Amino acid sequence: MAKELWEGNQAFAEAAVRAGLKAYFGYPITPQTEALEYMSARMPELGRTFLQAESELAAINMVYGAACAGVRAMTSTSSPGTSLMMEGFSYIAGTEVPMVLVDVMRAGPGLGNIAPAQADYNQIVHGGGHGDYHPIVLAPASIQETVDTVYGIFDTVEKYKAIGIVLIDGSIGQMMEAVEMPPMLEVRKTYPDWAVKGGFGSDRRVLTSIHFNPADEEQANLRRMREWHVIEKNETRFKEYYMDGAKMAVVGFGLAGRIALSAVRAARSEGLPVGLLRPISLSPFPYKAIRKIAQQVDNILVVEMNSGMMLEDVLKEAKTLANVEFYGRMGGMMPFPDEILSEIKRILRSTKHSDAHPRDQWLKRMESMV
Amino acid sequence: MAVLDTKDMEVVYEHPKALIDINTHYCPGCTHGVAHRLIAEVLDEMGLIKKTIGVASVGCSAFAYSYFNFDFVGAAHGRAPAMATGIKRVRPDRFVFTYQGDGDMMSIGTGEIVAAAGRGENITVIFLNNANFGMTGGQMAPTTLPGMKTSSTPGGRDVEQMGFPLRASELLASQDGASYIVRRSLHDPKNIRMAKKAIRLAFETQVRGLGFSMVELLSTCPTNWRLTPARATQWLEEKMLPYYPLGDLKVNPAISELKI
Repeated sequence: MAKELWEGNQAFAEAAVRAGLKAYFGYPITPQTEALEYMSARMPELGRTFLQAESELAAINMVYGAACAGVRAMTSTSSPGTSLMMEGFSYIAGTEVPMVLVDVMRAGPGLGNIAPAQADYNQIVHGGGHGDYHPIVLAPASIQETVDTVYGIFDTVEKYKAIGIVLIDGSIGQMMEAVEMPPMLEVRKTYPDWAVKGGFGSDRRVLTSIHFNPADEEQANLRRMREWHVIEKNETRFKEYYMDGAKMAVVGFGLAGRIALSAVRAARSEGLPVGLLRPISLSPFPYKAIRKIAQQVDNILVVEMNSGMMLEDVLKEAKTLANVEFYGRMGGMMPFPDEILSEIKRILRSTKHSDAHPRDQWLKRMESMV
Repeated sequence: MAVLDTKDMEVVYEHPKALIDINTHYCPGCTHGVAHRLIAEVLDEMGLIKKTIGVASVGCSAFAYSYFNFDFVGAAHGRAPAMATGIKRVRPDRFVFTYQGDGDMMSIGTGEIVAAAGRGENITVIFLNNANFGMTGGQMAPTTLPGMKTSSTPGGRDVEQMGFPLRASELLASQDGASYIVRRSLHDPKNIRMAKKAIRLAFETQVRGLGFSMVELLSTCPTNWRLTPARATQWLEEKMLPYYPLGDLKVNPAISELKI
């Protein structure tokens, strides 16, 4: 199929449609709203389900209901809406039914603003709803990658009956790029065996997150943790660029990783031995890949559009193996490639490394910069 | 003991198929059991047991799925109408109802219930109003009567501080999307029979695709009211009926013409 120019939000919506999505429930919030608007026309046109919910709380619980009925269901939102959906994620994880969210991140906390950011990392990757569970979190860096990720994630979440979250920022949602759309899949006409469908007596299904007996809840949590081990083994994804012979590595996810790639290319053109590791699965996180590059290089620079949330995950593996530093922009500000390039050069120039936490060092440098 | 020969006898009353034949965890004198039984009888009579999906809420009836003999899901607190919406929209051929208490539906869940009624969502809500949060031990609910003592209004509900009780049926009946909204009570056999008929008509509303239906059932909570079961039914009659008058708040003309 030929490439077409697509806006990010509309593109991931169409990708979900083509993945055989049966039901979309959402609520307007910038910078994600074009996805909701697109679905409001596209889903009914195909005889599928679209509903604008009264809140993100309702939207996620509508997804919960549709997921229990065994259909492909999703929602999309932006950071404040994601905060509201956390309750639903916890219940859905506890019930072990598959669903998909696309979170188009904006700056916070609070209302913040509608500019791109990556500060949902902690609430999506490490936090979220109460209880012992992990969502699968994938962070693409272009519209094509977002389309492919959304298209593929439905199979993944159904395989593990897990929550799948595609984490992009407002700029990927709002910009336009040439995209090749995947082929259209029909909505599945059968329902999985575990779904509620109006069964009676011995054919009865009960889907709930309650395990009132603590021993049963512990068993359920153990089952989820065992399943998570399998997911960690099978679903960890990352991409390396220019790592051959690199003595320094930049680590960044999503758009920050893509911007960093420009800086890395510029550094390479100047003969500097720099590569890039771009984690694609933030959960499960590519710890092994981080360890491997930390063994290879002297310096690691983590670049994020937040205050260093993924930095902590990198430090877990890398801090005893390499000098780790951090550069971030927050509040809807995006790093430019030349900012990252000058950080690369500063690190390569320096002969003595501070023992202070990379975030503290960065904060000190930021004070003179902004 | 003589064995009764039932060979030539007609069965006129039996345990509903839609209800599992086990003891419930509900307190003695609580009307949840009565409400469960009425729902089960109506589902049996309407032949819906092989196409029904129930949505349990949070409260004493969180475990309702243990007693009904058909598919059930458990919703988060207050979110049952949203979850039911998700199910009904992707399985419009199924019969979907929620079972919610007043703490669930009229406190944390007002957004979801009002929106579902406004949309004319083709689901049925069985709403049990016992004027307090039962499961957590009898705290004030939005439905708690003025002056009524609860564990969180030890001096009685002070309307200066805590405002006035919400009337769910009146609120929802004012929405164009609502098709069948009635209030009944479970405090005596006559009213229980009327409640059953209302549940039947609410279910008929959904089966006919007429939109949102709800039956509010005034219910007892002897344990948290600190009353014996007998005194609790008297209290309901004396105190709750004046504030929550029984009656048909809204009935779609197509339903009022039905002869059941």
